[in-house]
Amino acid sequence: MTYTFVIQVDRKPGLSDPEGATTARALHDLGFTGVEHVSFGRTITIDIDAENSDDALATVESMCAKLLANPVIEHYTIEANS
Amino acid sequence: MTTAVIVFPGTNCEQDTEYALNMVGLDAELVWHRDTDLSGADSVVLPGGFAHGDYLRTGAIARFSPIMKEVESLAATGVPVLGICNGFQILCEAGILGGALVANQDLKFICKPVTLRVESTDSVLTAAATVGQVLQIPLNSYEGNYITQDSPSHNGDDRVVLRYCDTDGSLTAAANPNGSTQAIAGIANSRGNVAGLMPHPERAIESILGSEDGRVLFESFAASVSSVTT
Repeated sequence: MTYTFVIQVDRKPGLSDPEGATTARALHDLGFTGVEHVSFGRTITIDIDAENSDDALATVESMCAKLLANPVIEHYTIEANS
Repeated sequence: MTTAVIVFPGTNCEQDTEYALNMVGLDAELVWHRDTDLSGADSVVLPGGFAHGDYLRTGAIARFSPIMKEVESLAATGVPVLGICNGFQILCEAGILGGALVANQDLKFICKPVTLRVESTDSVLTAAATVGQVLQIPLNSYEGNYITQDSPSHNGDDRVVLRYCDTDGSLTAAANPNGSTQAIAGIANSRGNVAGLMPHPERAIESILGSEDGRVLFESFAASVSSVTT
């Protein structure tokens, strides 16, 4: 059976995020003065064939730990999308 | 024995790097990333470029190229390993060096000569230089902003070997081109046999290139190779 997961990868808080900081400045310049913080992340959608949803999730976890996120600077969340 | 210059799909500085290594007396050999044997190599260089298109994150896919298992095991046994620009990014992704390289602070691709100060000579990259020496070397990167989770005074077990500085060797905010933590331009592991830097020393090895300051870094590497193998 095919399972779909949506993985959200974000920069860890406190680490430099030039895209977020620059966008926040631009929003302030446009008059959106209430903007306190902007951060950029990445969404990855994966369709995977597996025996059951637990196996599928475990495999996606392993993908995140190995390749999809860099544990030095990023954390991630996985959401099942069925 | 040869110095293996690893070529990934998207690597584009391998010939300049090969030329620079040969100039300092090493016998450079280009090795394709799908190869798995480095038994003929006594040193390894990961040159600059855009390995695997820099997709996902710079270096993220390259670190799983088949040759990298061999590079990791050689690095662990003390063999001199150097990463230049994209090669540095790959070493960080592989966890061989600490930290990570992200987009430049001003979100611009930077291509210009920068000045670097030698901070430590305990590495294969700087062994023949002197502490405080200022080198002018081109920088050519978008993801050159070095960040680390470690405290500002330490970088895990790694040591800082090069920092961005002004032409007098002073560390000023204006001299840090990309927002790197502590103006770090190059680091080495605690043993000193693995080093990485963002600027391109192979583009500063002859006066016709505008600077010969990169040569001392290659001479350092060559001296380290001969001291390991003799």
